Amino acid sequence: MAELKTWKEIPIGGLTEAGSSTRFLTGNWRVERPILNTEKCINCLLCWVVCPDMSIVVEDGKVTGMDLDYCKGCGACAAICPVKAITMEPETKFQR
Amino acid sequence: MIAEKTLVAITGAMASAHAMRQINPDVVAAYPITPQTPIMMNFTQFAADGLVDTEVVTVESEHSAMSACVGAAAAGARVMTATAANGLALMHEIVYIAASTRLPIVMSIANRALSGPINIHCDHSDTMAERDSGWIQIFCENAQEVYESTILAMKWAEKENVLLPVMVNQDGFIISHAVENVELLPDDVVKEFVGEHIPHAPLLDVEHPVTYGPLDLYDYYFEHKRQQIEAMKEAEKVFPQIAAELSEITGNEYDFIESYKLDDAEYAIVTLGSSAGTVKYVVDEMRGEGKKVGLLKIRVFRPFPVKRIAEALDGKKAVAVLDRSASFGAEAPIYSEVKSALYTVKERPILQSYVYGLGGRDFTPEHARTAFERLIKGEFFEGEGYLGLRE
Repeated sequence: MAELKTWKEIPIGGLTEAGSSTRFLTGNWRVERPILNTEKCINCLLCWVVCPDMSIVVEDGKVTGMDLDYCKGCGACAAICPVKAITMEPETKFQR
Repeated sequence: MIAEKTLVAITGAMASAHAMRQINPDVVAAYPITPQTPIMMNFTQFAADGLVDTEVVTVESEHSAMSACVGAAAAGARVMTATAANGLALMHEIVYIAASTRLPIVMSIANRALSGPINIHCDHSDTMAERDSGWIQIFCENAQEVYESTILAMKWAEKENVLLPVMVNQDGFIISHAVENVELLPDDVVKEFVGEHIPHAPLLDVEHPVTYGPLDLYDYYFEHKRQQIEAMKEAEKVFPQIAAELSEITGNEYDFIESYKLDDAEYAIVTLGSSAGTVKYVVDEMRGEGKKVGLLKIRVFRPFPVKRIAEALDGKKAVAVLDRSASFGAEAPIYSEVKSALYTVKERPILQSYVYGLGGRDFTPEHARTAFERLIKGEFFEGEGYLGLRE
C-alpha cells in the first residue's frame, strides 16, 4: 500500500481521482471461472450485455475470452448463454 | 455604501423566498412540510413567473430532496432548499453527507417540534438534532434577519476553505407566518454581493473528472473528519469579513452574538430565535425600573462562538439560559454549551437553565420577567426550570 497521507495532503469532501477502481483487481474474489468454448459460441454477445464487470472481451464482433483481472465469477454469462458455450469451473482447478 | 431599500410587509417565509429569488440558485429541490411550505410555495411562484432561472425539482420526500440537492451541488450547481421538523429528520442521513462532501447548500428551516406526539408548532428540537451534522447554523429573531441571513449564508457557504452547507433557522409560525416590515435590497445589489458561484470540483467538468462519495474506511475517514473540523474553524475566521461586507450594504450589524444592554448588566438571559425579541422588550421594561438586566442573543450556533460568549458573560452575577428544546437525560443544548464556554472565565456567573416554548407553547414577557426576577432574588435550583409549563 502507498504511504498514507495526512489530513492536509488529501482532497476535501472525500473526493478522489476518477476511474481509480480500475486499479482494484476484483478478479481475486472469484470462486468459479468462466471457460469459453469458441467452437460452440455463436457470438450473440448476450454475455457481453449481462456481464456486470465489463469482463467479456470482444474483438471484431467476436467474443475472444474473459478479462480475469475483473471477472468476479458471478456466472451471469454462463446462465444467459443460449448455446451453453460458457461453463463455470472451480477456481481451485487453476490455482497451483 | 448603503443600498436603497424597499419596505414591504411580508412573512418570514416570504422573506426567505425573496432572498432565494434574488440569489437565483441553479437548483432547488424540496418537499412541502408545515410550517416550511409557504417558503417553497412563494419561491416556486417566482419560478413559475419566470423571475428566476432555477430548476425546481419536486421530489417525493425530504430524503430525496436533500439527495437531489447533493447531486446537483456535486454537479456544480448553486443549490438551496427548505424544510422543517420531521422533514429535516427524514433528511438526516443526507444532511451529514452534504456537509462531509463539502457541498455549500443553503437550507431554510421553519423550526417545528419533532414528533411525537405529533405537533406542527415551533420549537428547536428539529435543528438541535442536527447540531453535530457539520452544517453552519444561523438563528433569526425576525423576518428581516431571515432575509439578510439567507443572503449572508450563501456567500459564507461558498467561501473558499469553508465549503460547508448552512441552515438558516426561523421560528415556525412565529416568524414564518407572521407579517412584519422588511426592508429588501435591490436585486442587482444582492446578485453582486453573493457573486458568481465557482464550484469546487464540479462533476460536469468532464475535463477534470473526480469521484464523489467513494468508500472511506479506517485509513482516511478520520482525516476527512479532521478537515471538516478545520472547515468550521475557517468558517468562524472568515465570518466577520463577510458580515462586514453585508453591513456596508444594509447598515445593519451581523455578529455571532448580539448583546442587548448587556455591557453594564448584572443579570442576563441567553437565548436565540424570536424569543430574543420578547426578552428585549422585558429588558427595556426592567431597565425602566432600574434593574441591571441584559440579553445575550446567539445568532450563530454553529460554529459555536465560545470566546465571544465567554467574554460577554464574564463577571455577570447570574445568567439564565433559555432552550426551546430538551435533551432527555442531559442538560438542554444551549445551556450545556454556554456552561461549557464559561468554564475558563475569571468570574463565572451563577447559571440557571430554563426550557420554554416546546411544541409552540407561547413564550410571554411574563416568562422572561420571571426568569430575571429569580436571578435577581437569588432563587436558584438544581436542574432545569420550565417557563410556561403547568406544574
